[in-house]
Amino acid sequence: MKTPPLLEVQNLHKSYNNVEVLGGVDFTVRRGQVKALLGPSGSGKSTILRMISLLEPADSGTILLDGEPIGVIGGRVDVRPAPERVLARQRTAIGMVFQKFNLFPHLDATRNVMSGLTTVLKVPKKEAREQALEMLDRVGLSARAHAYPAELSGGQQQRVAIARALVMKPKLMLFDEPTSALDPELVREVLDVMEKLASDGMTMVVVTHEMRFARSVASEVALFDSGQIVEQAPPDRFFDAPEHERTRRFLAHMH
Amino acid sequence: MAFDSTIFFDQLFSEAYLRGALLSLSLAIASQIGAVIIGFGLALGKSSKFAVVRSLCTSYIWFFRAVPALLLLLLMWNGLPQLSPVFQKEWYSPFLAAFIGLALAEGAFMAEIIRSALMSVDDGQQLAARALGMTRGQVLFKVVLPQATRVALPPTGNEFIGMVKYTSLASVISLQELLTTAQMGVAVTFRYAEYYAAATVYYLVIVSVLMLLQNRVERRFTWTSTPTRRRFPALSRAGAAGSPKQTTTQEKVPA
Ligand SMILES: Nc1ncnc2c1ncn2[C@@H]1O[C@H](COP(=O)(O)OP(=O)(O)O)[C@@H](O)[C@H]1O
Ligand SMILES: [Mg+2]
Repeated sequence: MKTPPLLEVQNLHKSYNNVEVLGGVDFTVRRGQVKALLGPSGSGKSTILRMISLLEPADSGTILLDGEPIGVIGGRVDVRPAPERVLARQRTAIGMVFQKFNLFPHLDATRNVMSGLTTVLKVPKKEAREQALEMLDRVGLSARAHAYPAELSGGQQQRVAIARALVMKPKLMLFDEPTSALDPELVREVLDVMEKLASDGMTMVVVTHEMRFARSVASEVALFDSGQIVEQAPPDRFFDAPEHERTRRFLAHMH
Repeated sequence: MAFDSTIFFDQLFSEAYLRGALLSLSLAIASQIGAVIIGFGLALGKSSKFAVVRSLCTSYIWFFRAVPALLLLLLMWNGLPQLSPVFQKEWYSPFLAAFIGLALAEGAFMAEIIRSALMSVDDGQQLAARALGMTRGQVLFKVVLPQATRVALPPTGNEFIGMVKYTSLASVISLQELLTTAQMGVAVTFRYAEYYAAATVYYLVIVSVLMLLQNRVERRFTWTSTPTRRRFPALSRAGAAGSPKQTTTQEKVPA
Protein backbone atom coordinates (compact mmCIF):
# COMPACT_ATOMS: atom_id res chain seq x y z
CA MET A 1 0.00 0.00 0.00
CA LYS A 2 1.39 3.38 -0.86
CA THR A 3 1.74 5.89 1.94
CA PRO A 4 -0.80 8.70 1.98
CA PRO A 5 0.32 12.30 1.40
CA LEU A 6 1.33 14.08 4.59
CA LEU A 7 -1.33 16.71 4.09
CA GLU A 8 -4.48 16.34 2.11
CA VAL A 9 -7.06 19.12 1.94
CA GLN A 10 -10.36 18.11 0.37
CA ASN A 11 -13.15 20.39 -0.73
CA LEU A 12 -12.63 22.96 2.01
CA HIS A 13 -15.31 25.63 2.33
CA LYS A 14 -15.41 28.71 4.52
CA SER A 15 -17.65 31.76 4.58
CA TYR A 16 -17.61 34.87 6.71
CA ASN A 17 -20.98 36.59 7.06
CA ASN A 18 -22.32 34.66 4.07
CA VAL A 19 -19.42 35.74 1.91
CA GLU A 20 -17.58 32.74 0.60
CA VAL A 21 -13.85 33.00 1.27
CA LEU A 22 -12.88 29.41 0.47
CA GLY A 23 -14.89 27.76 -2.26
CA GLY A 24 -13.88 24.12 -2.22
CA VAL A 25 -10.12 23.97 -1.96
CA ASP A 26 -8.29 20.74 -2.78
CA PHE A 27 -4.60 20.11 -2.53
CA THR A 28 -2.08 17.62 -1.27
CA VAL A 29 1.43 17.95 0.05
CA ARG A 30 3.68 14.91 0.10
CA ARG A 31 6.20 14.25 2.82
CA GLY A 32 9.23 16.48 2.38
CA GLN A 33 7.54 18.66 -0.21
CA VAL A 34 7.40 22.42 -0.12
CA LYS A 35 4.20 23.91 -1.45
CA ALA A 36 4.26 27.61 -2.28
CA LEU A 37 0.90 29.36 -2.31
CA LEU A 38 0.73 32.53 -4.36
CA GLY A 39 -2.23 34.79 -4.85
CA PRO A 40 -3.54 38.31 -4.63
CA SER A 41 -4.35 39.89 -1.29
CA GLY A 42 -7.73 38.86 0.06
CA SER A 43 -7.86 35.62 -1.93
CA GLY A 44 -8.09 33.47 1.20
CA LYS A 45 -4.48 32.34 1.65
CA SER A 46 -4.32 33.19 5.35
CA THR A 47 -7.75 31.69 5.86
CA ILE A 48 -6.72 28.32 4.50
CA LEU A 49 -3.64 28.28 6.73
CA ARG A 50 -5.83 29.05 9.74
CA MET A 51 -8.04 26.09 8.82
CA ILE A 52 -5.08 23.71 8.39
CA SER A 53 -3.49 24.87 11.64
CA LEU A 54 -6.88 24.27 13.33
CA LEU A 55 -7.03 27.82 14.64
CA GLU A 56 -10.48 28.15 13.11
CA PRO A 57 -12.93 25.48 11.95
CA ALA A 58 -13.85 25.13 8.29
CA ASP A 59 -17.52 25.12 7.35
CA SER A 60 -17.10 21.85 5.48
CA GLY A 61 -14.43 19.73 3.93
CA THR A 62 -11.71 17.47 5.19
CA ILE A 63 -8.15 17.96 6.33
CA LEU A 64 -6.08 14.78 6.53
CA LEU A 65 -2.73 14.78 8.25
CA ASP A 66 -0.83 11.56 7.62
CA GLY A 67 -4.06 10.04 6.35
CA GLU A 68 -6.00 10.88 9.52
CA PRO A 69 -8.75 13.51 9.58
CA ILE A 70 -7.91 16.33 11.98
CA GLY A 71 -10.02 19.02 13.55
CA VAL A 72 -13.18 16.96 13.55
CA ILE A 73 -14.82 14.17 15.40
CA GLY A 74 -17.09 11.65 13.78
CA GLY A 75 -16.89 10.53 10.18
CA ARG A 76 -15.46 12.26 7.19
CA VAL A 77 -18.80 13.45 5.95
CA ASP A 78 -20.20 14.69 9.22
CA VAL A 79 -18.03 17.69 10.01
CA ARG A 80 -18.24 18.61 13.64
CA PRO A 81 -15.38 20.59 15.14
CA ALA A 82 -13.47 18.56 17.71
CA PRO A 83 -13.47 19.86 21.30
CA GLU A 84 -10.84 22.50 22.09
CA ARG A 85 -8.75 20.03 24.10
CA VAL A 86 -8.41 17.66 21.16
CA LEU A 87 -7.69 20.55 18.80
CA ALA A 88 -4.96 21.87 21.10
CA ARG A 89 -3.28 18.47 21.10
CA GLN A 90 -3.54 18.12 17.31
CA ARG A 91 -2.11 21.59 16.76
CA THR A 92 1.23 20.54 18.25
CA ALA A 93 1.85 18.49 15.09
CA ILE A 94 1.57 21.58 12.90
CA GLY A 95 3.96 24.51 13.20
CA MET A 96 2.72 27.95 12.24
CA VAL A 97 4.75 31.05 11.43
CA PHE A 98 2.94 34.36 11.14
CA GLN A 99 3.57 37.45 9.09
CA LYS A 100 3.84 39.58 12.22
CA PHE A 101 6.01 37.03 14.13
CA ASN A 102 3.76 37.16 17.20
CA LEU A 103 6.59 36.46 19.62
CA PHE A 104 5.65 36.74 23.28
CA PRO A 105 7.07 40.15 24.25
CA HIS A 106 7.34 39.30 27.95
CA LEU A 107 9.67 36.37 27.34
CA ASP A 108 13.24 36.42 26.03
CA ALA A 109 14.14 34.49 22.89
CA THR A 110 15.02 31.32 24.77
CA ARG A 111 11.84 31.32 26.82
CA ASN A 112 9.77 32.06 23.73
CA VAL A 113 11.18 28.91 22.17
CA MET A 114 10.75 26.97 25.42
CA SER A 115 7.15 27.99 25.96
CA GLY A 116 5.51 25.27 23.90
CA LEU A 117 7.79 22.60 25.32
CA THR A 118 7.21 23.42 28.97
CA THR A 119 3.57 24.50 28.83
CA VAL A 120 2.17 22.10 26.27
CA LEU A 121 4.48 19.09 26.16
CA LYS A 122 5.43 19.32 29.86
CA VAL A 123 9.14 18.93 29.09
CA PRO A 124 11.21 19.66 32.22
CA LYS A 125 12.65 23.20 32.24
CA LYS A 126 16.30 22.21 32.01
CA GLU A 127 15.76 19.92 29.06
CA ALA A 128 13.48 22.44 27.35
CA ARG A 129 16.15 25.12 27.72
CA GLU A 130 18.76 22.87 26.10
CA GLN A 131 16.46 22.11 23.19
CA ALA A 132 15.57 25.78 22.81
CA LEU A 133 19.22 26.86 22.72
CA GLU A 134 19.97 24.17 20.18
CA MET A 135 17.10 25.36 18.02
CA LEU A 136 18.18 29.01 18.32
CA ASP A 137 21.61 27.90 17.17
CA ARG A 138 20.01 26.27 14.15
CA VAL A 139 18.44 29.57 13.11
CA GLY A 140 21.72 31.40 13.79
CA LEU A 141 20.67 33.21 16.94
CA SER A 142 22.76 31.68 19.74
CA ALA A 143 24.25 35.08 20.38
CA ARG A 144 20.82 36.64 20.97
CA ALA A 145 19.36 33.86 23.11
CA HIS A 146 18.62 36.19 26.02
CA ALA A 147 17.36 39.17 24.08
CA TYR A 148 13.71 40.12 24.35
CA PRO A 149 11.61 40.49 21.18
CA ALA A 150 11.69 44.29 21.39
CA GLU A 151 15.48 44.12 21.26
CA LEU A 152 15.56 42.03 18.08
CA SER A 153 15.29 43.07 14.46
CA GLY A 154 12.30 41.84 12.47
CA GLY A 155 14.41 39.21 10.76
CA GLN A 156 15.72 37.96 14.08
CA GLN A 157 12.23 37.90 15.56
CA GLN A 158 10.95 35.83 12.66
CA ARG A 159 13.82 33.37 13.07
CA VAL A 160 12.97 33.01 16.77
CA ALA A 161 9.35 32.42 15.74
CA ILE A 162 10.48 29.68 13.36
CA ALA A 163 12.58 28.13 16.12
CA ARG A 164 9.61 28.29 18.50
CA ALA A 165 7.49 26.31 16.04
CA LEU A 166 10.27 23.89 15.06
CA VAL A 167 11.19 22.90 18.58
CA MET A 168 7.81 21.19 18.89
CA LYS A 169 8.98 18.76 16.16
CA PRO A 170 5.95 19.32 13.95
CA LYS A 171 5.18 17.08 10.98
CA LEU A 172 4.26 20.09 8.93
CA MET A 173 5.26 23.75 8.94
CA LEU A 174 2.96 26.51 7.70
CA PHE A 175 4.29 29.96 6.84
CA ASP A 176 1.97 32.91 6.26
CA GLU A 177 3.93 35.54 4.34
CA PRO A 178 6.89 35.17 6.70
CA THR A 179 8.90 37.95 5.07
CA SER A 180 6.17 40.44 4.17
CA ALA A 181 6.57 42.52 7.33
CA LEU A 182 10.34 42.74 6.99
CA ASP A 183 12.58 45.48 5.71
CA PRO A 184 14.06 44.28 2.40
CA GLU A 185 17.55 43.81 3.79
CA LEU A 186 16.22 41.39 6.44
CA VAL A 187 14.29 39.11 4.09
CA ARG A 188 17.29 37.04 3.06
CA GLU A 189 18.18 35.77 6.56
CA VAL A 190 14.67 34.39 7.03
CA LEU A 191 14.52 32.80 3.58
CA ASP A 192 17.92 31.21 4.25
CA VAL A 193 16.57 29.53 7.37
CA MET A 194 13.53 28.31 5.44
CA GLU A 195 15.65 26.99 2.59
CA LYS A 196 17.81 25.06 5.00
CA LEU A 197 14.68 23.67 6.62
CA ALA A 198 13.37 22.56 3.23
CA SER A 199 16.64 20.86 2.34
CA ASP A 200 16.54 19.06 5.70
CA GLY A 201 13.33 17.47 4.48
CA MET A 202 10.67 19.45 6.38
CA THR A 203 7.24 19.43 4.78
CA MET A 204 6.13 23.03 4.32
CA VAL A 205 3.27 25.13 3.02
CA VAL A 206 4.45 28.66 2.36
CA VAL A 207 2.25 31.60 1.47
CA THR A 208 4.64 34.04 -0.12
CA HIS A 209 5.21 36.84 -2.58
CA GLU A 210 8.86 35.89 -2.96
CA MET A 211 8.86 34.55 -6.52
CA ARG A 212 12.54 33.62 -6.47
CA PHE A 213 12.03 31.59 -3.32
CA ALA A 214 8.99 29.85 -4.82
CA ARG A 215 10.90 28.99 -7.94
CA SER A 216 14.06 27.73 -6.29
CA VAL A 217 12.72 26.02 -3.16
CA ALA A 218 9.14 24.91 -3.79
CA SER A 219 8.37 21.48 -5.12
CA GLU A 220 5.03 22.75 -6.28
CA VAL A 221 3.54 26.19 -6.72
CA ALA A 222 -0.16 26.97 -6.54
CA LEU A 223 -2.01 30.10 -7.50
CA PHE A 224 -4.87 30.99 -5.22
CA ASP A 225 -7.62 33.31 -6.36
CA SER A 226 -11.05 34.07 -4.95
CA GLY A 227 -10.91 31.14 -2.57
CA GLN A 228 -9.92 28.58 -5.14
CA ILE A 229 -6.76 27.07 -6.53
CA VAL A 230 -6.49 28.23 -10.12
CA GLU A 231 -3.38 26.36 -11.10
CA GLN A 232 -0.80 24.18 -9.44
CA ALA A 233 2.33 22.84 -11.01
CA PRO A 234 6.03 22.28 -10.39
CA PRO A 235 7.82 25.64 -10.40
CA ASP A 236 9.38 25.33 -13.85
CA ARG A 237 6.06 24.73 -15.49
CA PHE A 238 4.20 27.17 -13.27
CA PHE A 239 6.51 30.07 -14.02
CA ASP A 240 7.63 29.28 -17.57
CA ALA A 241 4.57 27.67 -19.11
CA PRO A 242 1.47 28.44 -17.07
CA GLU A 243 -1.71 26.92 -18.47
CA HIS A 244 -4.19 29.48 -17.25
CA GLU A 245 -4.69 33.01 -18.37
CA ARG A 246 -5.22 34.03 -14.72
CA THR A 247 -1.77 32.73 -13.79
CA ARG A 248 -0.14 34.58 -16.69
CA ARG A 249 -1.80 37.80 -15.62
CA PHE A 250 -0.75 37.30 -12.01
CA LEU A 251 2.84 36.59 -12.97
CA ALA A 252 2.97 39.54 -15.33
CA HIS A 253 1.81 41.68 -12.45
CA MET A 254 4.50 40.38 -10.11
CA HIS A 255 7.44 41.04 -12.41
CA MET B 1 -4.11 78.63 69.96
CA ALA B 2 -0.76 77.93 68.31
CA PHE B 3 0.21 74.59 66.76
CA ASP B 4 1.63 72.52 69.59
CA SER B 5 4.34 70.39 68.08
CA THR B 6 4.73 68.35 71.27
CA ILE B 7 1.16 67.10 70.98
CA PHE B 8 1.68 66.50 67.28
CA PHE B 9 4.83 64.42 67.71
CA ASP B 10 3.44 62.55 70.71
CA GLN B 11 0.50 61.45 68.59
CA LEU B 12 2.58 60.81 65.50
CA PHE B 13 4.65 58.24 67.34
CA SER B 14 1.86 56.92 69.51
CA GLU B 15 0.79 53.31 69.40
CA ALA B 16 -2.80 54.27 68.61
CA TYR B 17 -1.81 56.03 65.38
CA LEU B 18 0.57 53.29 64.35
CA ARG B 19 -2.15 50.74 64.89
CA GLY B 20 -4.65 52.87 63.03
CA ALA B 21 -2.26 53.23 60.10
CA LEU B 22 -1.62 49.50 59.98
CA LEU B 23 -5.34 48.87 60.04
CA SER B 24 -5.93 51.33 57.21
CA LEU B 25 -3.14 49.80 55.17
CA SER B 26 -4.26 46.20 55.72
CA LEU B 27 -7.84 47.10 54.90
CA ALA B 28 -6.66 48.80 51.70
CA ILE B 29 -4.50 45.84 50.70
CA ALA B 30 -7.19 43.26 51.43
CA SER B 31 -9.91 45.25 49.67
CA GLN B 32 -7.75 45.93 46.63
CA ILE B 33 -6.85 42.25 46.29
CA GLY B 34 -10.52 41.37 46.61
CA ALA B 35 -11.37 43.99 44.01
CA VAL B 36 -8.79 42.67 41.56
CA ILE B 37 -10.19 39.14 41.89
CA ILE B 38 -13.78 40.38 41.49
CA GLY B 39 -12.74 42.63 38.61
CA PHE B 40 -10.94 39.79 36.85
CA GLY B 41 -14.00 37.58 37.13
CA LEU B 42 -16.22 40.37 35.83
CA ALA B 43 -13.85 41.12 32.97
CA LEU B 44 -13.93 37.48 31.87
CA GLY B 45 -17.68 37.31 32.44
CA LYS B 46 -18.26 40.31 30.25
CA SER B 47 -16.78 38.45 27.29
CA SER B 48 -18.56 35.18 28.10
CA LYS B 49 -20.39 33.44 25.30
CA PHE B 50 -23.48 33.25 27.53
CA ALA B 51 -25.65 36.34 27.31
CA VAL B 52 -26.94 35.81 30.88
CA VAL B 53 -23.43 35.93 32.31
CA ARG B 54 -22.62 39.04 30.29
CA SER B 55 -25.69 40.94 31.45
CA LEU B 56 -25.18 39.85 35.08
CA CYS B 57 -21.69 41.31 34.96
CA THR B 58 -22.90 44.49 33.30
CA SER B 59 -25.58 44.90 35.98
CA TYR B 60 -23.04 44.41 38.74
CA ILE B 61 -20.75 47.06 37.31
CA TRP B 62 -23.67 49.43 36.80
CA PHE B 63 -24.87 48.99 40.39
CA PHE B 64 -21.58 49.29 42.23
CA ARG B 65 -20.42 52.21 40.14
CA ALA B 66 -23.57 54.11 41.00
CA VAL B 67 -23.82 53.49 44.75
CA PRO B 68 -21.57 55.74 46.86
CA ALA B 69 -18.95 53.81 48.82
CA LEU B 70 -19.99 55.49 52.06
CA LEU B 71 -23.57 54.36 51.61
CA LEU B 72 -22.37 50.88 50.78
CA LEU B 73 -20.35 50.67 54.00
CA LEU B 74 -23.34 51.77 56.07
CA LEU B 75 -25.45 49.20 54.31
CA MET B 76 -22.90 46.48 54.99
CA TRP B 77 -22.52 47.35 58.66
CA ASN B 78 -26.04 48.44 59.67
CA GLY B 79 -28.25 46.96 56.95
CA LEU B 80 -26.98 43.41 56.57
CA PRO B 81 -27.41 42.40 60.26
CA GLN B 82 -31.04 43.49 60.07
CA LEU B 83 -31.60 41.33 57.02
CA SER B 84 -29.95 38.20 58.32
CA PRO B 85 -29.03 37.09 61.87
CA VAL B 86 -25.86 35.53 60.44
CA PHE B 87 -24.35 39.02 60.40
CA GLN B 88 -25.22 39.69 64.03
CA LYS B 89 -22.58 37.23 65.21
CA GLU B 90 -19.19 38.06 66.67
CA TRP B 91 -17.23 37.21 63.49
CA TYR B 92 -18.86 40.01 61.50
CA SER B 93 -16.45 42.78 62.45
CA PRO B 94 -16.30 46.35 61.16
CA PHE B 95 -13.12 45.33 59.34
CA LEU B 96 -14.93 42.56 57.50
CA ALA B 97 -17.89 44.78 56.66
CA ALA B 98 -15.55 47.48 55.34
CA PHE B 99 -13.52 44.93 53.40
CA ILE B 100 -16.61 43.49 51.71
CA GLY B 101 -18.07 46.90 50.92
CA LEU B 102 -14.86 48.38 49.54
CA ALA B 103 -13.93 45.25 47.56
CA LEU B 104 -17.39 45.05 46.00
CA ALA B 105 -17.37 48.71 45.01
CA GLU B 106 -13.80 48.80 43.76
CA GLY B 107 -14.35 45.51 41.88
CA ALA B 108 -16.63 47.35 39.46
CA PHE B 109 -13.86 49.81 38.62
CA MET B 110 -11.17 47.14 38.41
CA ALA B 111 -13.38 45.21 35.98
CA GLU B 112 -13.11 48.00 33.42
CA ILE B 113 -9.37 48.40 33.92
CA ILE B 114 -8.72 44.66 33.60
CA ARG B 115 -11.06 44.28 30.66
CA SER B 116 -9.41 46.97 28.61
CA ALA B 117 -5.99 45.62 29.59
CA LEU B 118 -6.98 42.16 28.37
CA MET B 119 -8.33 43.62 25.14
CA SER B 120 -5.16 45.62 24.55
CA VAL B 121 -3.17 42.43 24.01
CA ASP B 122 -2.66 41.86 20.29
CA ASP B 123 -4.83 39.13 18.81
CA GLY B 124 -1.75 37.55 17.25
CA GLN B 125 -0.61 36.56 20.73
CA GLN B 126 -3.45 34.15 21.34
CA LEU B 127 -3.17 32.85 17.77
CA ALA B 128 0.52 32.05 18.24
CA ALA B 129 -0.08 30.49 21.64
CA ARG B 130 -2.93 28.33 20.40
CA ALA B 131 -0.91 27.31 17.35
CA LEU B 132 1.69 25.93 19.77
CA GLY B 133 -1.02 23.77 21.30
CA MET B 134 -1.83 25.79 24.41
CA THR B 135 -5.31 25.39 25.83
CA ARG B 136 -7.47 28.45 26.42
CA GLY B 137 -6.50 28.53 30.09
CA GLN B 138 -2.81 28.34 29.27
CA VAL B 139 -3.18 31.09 26.67
CA LEU B 140 -4.83 33.30 29.28
CA PHE B 141 -2.44 32.71 32.15
CA LYS B 142 0.87 32.24 30.34
CA VAL B 143 0.52 34.68 27.46
CA VAL B 144 -2.32 37.19 27.75
CA LEU B 145 -2.31 37.91 31.48
CA PRO B 146 1.37 38.83 31.84
CA GLN B 147 0.96 41.33 29.02
CA ALA B 148 -2.33 42.67 30.32
CA THR B 149 -0.79 43.09 33.76
CA ARG B 150 1.75 45.51 32.37
CA VAL B 151 -1.05 47.60 30.91
CA ALA B 152 -3.20 47.38 34.04
CA LEU B 153 -0.44 48.19 36.52
CA PRO B 154 -0.37 52.00 36.35
CA PRO B 155 -4.15 52.48 36.66
CA THR B 156 -4.33 49.79 39.34
CA GLY B 157 -1.65 51.59 41.31
CA ASN B 158 -3.77 54.69 41.06
CA GLU B 159 -6.83 52.84 42.28
CA PHE B 160 -4.87 51.39 45.17
CA ILE B 161 -3.81 54.83 46.31
CA GLY B 162 -7.43 55.87 46.09
CA MET B 163 -8.33 52.81 48.14
CA VAL B 164 -5.98 53.83 50.95
CA LYS B 165 -7.93 57.05 51.22
CA TYR B 166 -11.30 55.32 50.89
CA THR B 167 -10.52 53.25 53.97
CA SER B 168 -11.09 56.45 55.97
CA LEU B 169 -14.79 56.01 55.16
CA ALA B 170 -14.75 53.05 57.51
CA SER B 171 -14.59 55.54 60.35
CA VAL B 172 -18.39 55.75 60.05
CA ILE B 173 -18.73 52.10 60.98
CA SER B 174 -16.44 52.44 63.99
CA LEU B 175 -13.40 50.73 62.51
CA GLN B 176 -10.40 52.11 64.39
CA GLU B 177 -8.38 53.06 61.38
CA LEU B 178 -6.36 56.26 60.99
CA LEU B 179 -9.16 58.76 60.73
CA THR B 180 -11.13 57.24 63.62
CA THR B 181 -7.97 57.39 65.71
CA ALA B 182 -7.66 61.08 64.96
CA GLN B 183 -11.35 61.73 65.58
CA MET B 184 -11.24 60.02 68.94
CA GLY B 185 -8.29 62.11 70.02
CA VAL B 186 -9.94 65.29 68.85
CA ALA B 187 -13.14 64.50 70.72
CA VAL B 188 -11.25 64.58 74.01
CA THR B 189 -8.63 67.28 73.44
CA PHE B 190 -10.11 69.55 70.75
CA ARG B 191 -6.59 69.80 69.28
CA TYR B 192 -7.86 69.48 65.71
CA ALA B 193 -4.75 70.71 63.90
CA GLU B 194 -2.29 68.45 65.72
CA TYR B 195 -4.36 65.30 65.56
CA TYR B 196 -5.40 65.74 61.94
CA ALA B 197 -1.87 66.67 60.93
CA ALA B 198 -0.57 63.45 62.45
CA ALA B 199 -3.09 61.46 60.39
CA THR B 200 -2.14 63.44 57.29
CA VAL B 201 1.51 62.53 57.74
CA TYR B 202 0.61 58.84 57.90
CA TYR B 203 -1.40 59.03 54.70
CA LEU B 204 1.46 60.88 53.00
CA VAL B 205 3.98 58.28 54.11
CA ILE B 206 1.79 55.34 53.09
CA VAL B 207 1.04 56.76 49.64
CA SER B 208 4.68 57.73 49.04
CA VAL B 209 5.86 54.23 49.85
CA LEU B 210 3.18 52.80 47.58
CA MET B 211 4.25 55.06 44.73
CA LEU B 212 7.85 53.92 45.10
CA LEU B 213 6.73 50.31 45.16
CA GLN B 214 4.61 50.82 42.07
CA ASN B 215 7.58 52.27 40.28
CA ARG B 216 9.71 49.26 41.14
CA VAL B 217 7.05 46.77 40.08
CA GLU B 218 6.48 48.59 36.80
CA ARG B 219 10.18 48.50 36.10
CA ARG B 220 10.08 44.72 36.32
CA PHE B 221 7.75 44.82 33.34
CA THR B 222 10.13 46.50 30.90
CA TRP B 223 10.94 43.18 29.21
CA THR B 224 14.46 44.06 28.22
CA SER B 225 17.68 42.24 28.99
CA THR B 226 19.27 45.44 30.24
CA PRO B 227 17.25 47.12 33.01
CA THR B 228 16.18 50.54 31.80
CA ARG B 229 13.50 52.97 32.81
CA ARG B 230 10.21 52.60 30.99
CA ARG B 231 9.55 55.61 28.83
CA PHE B 232 6.74 56.77 26.67
CA PRO B 233 6.57 54.40 23.68
CA ALA B 234 6.91 57.34 21.30
CA LEU B 235 10.18 58.33 22.93
CA SER B 236 11.57 54.87 23.30
CA ARG B 237 13.44 53.14 20.51
CA ALA B 238 12.66 49.69 21.82
CA GLY B 239 8.96 49.99 21.11
CA ALA B 240 6.34 47.29 20.98
CA ALA B 241 7.34 43.81 19.96
CA GLY B 242 6.33 43.08 16.44
CA SER B 243 7.62 46.35 15.14
CA PRO B 244 9.75 45.31 12.22
CA LYS B 245 11.59 48.58 12.06
CA GLN B 246 14.49 48.04 14.41
CA THR B 247 17.77 46.80 13.15
CA THR B 248 20.03 46.05 16.05
CA THR B 249 23.22 44.07 16.12
CA GLN B 250 24.29 42.29 13.03
CA GLU B 251 25.20 38.66 13.44
CA LYS B 252 25.88 35.87 11.10
CA VAL B 253 23.15 34.23 9.13
CA PRO B 254 23.17 30.43 9.19
CA ALA B 255 25.10 28.85 6.38
N1 LIG C 1 -12.35 36.68 10.71
C1 LIG C 1 -12.84 37.17 9.55
N2 LIG C 1 -14.07 37.74 9.51
C2 LIG C 1 -14.59 38.21 8.37
N3 LIG C 1 -13.95 38.21 7.19
C3 LIG C 1 -12.72 37.65 7.15
C4 LIG C 1 -12.11 37.12 8.32
N4 LIG C 1 -10.89 36.65 7.98
C5 LIG C 1 -10.75 36.88 6.66
N5 LIG C 1 -11.85 37.48 6.15
C6 LIG C 1 -12.04 37.86 4.74
O1 LIG C 1 -11.72 36.75 3.95
C7 LIG C 1 -11.03 37.15 2.79
C8 LIG C 1 -9.72 36.41 2.66
O2 LIG C 1 -8.86 36.84 3.66
P1 LIG C 1 -7.40 36.25 3.87
O3 LIG C 1 -7.49 34.78 4.00
O4 LIG C 1 -6.78 36.98 4.96
O5 LIG C 1 -6.72 36.63 2.48
P2 LIG C 1 -5.18 36.66 2.09
O6 LIG C 1 -4.39 36.06 3.19
O7 LIG C 1 -5.09 35.85 0.83
O8 LIG C 1 -4.82 38.08 1.83
C9 LIG C 1 -10.88 38.65 2.85
O9 LIG C 1 -11.87 39.23 2.05
C10 LIG C 1 -11.09 38.96 4.31
O10 LIG C 1 -11.69 40.22 4.44
MG1 LIG D 1 -2.91 36.95 4.37
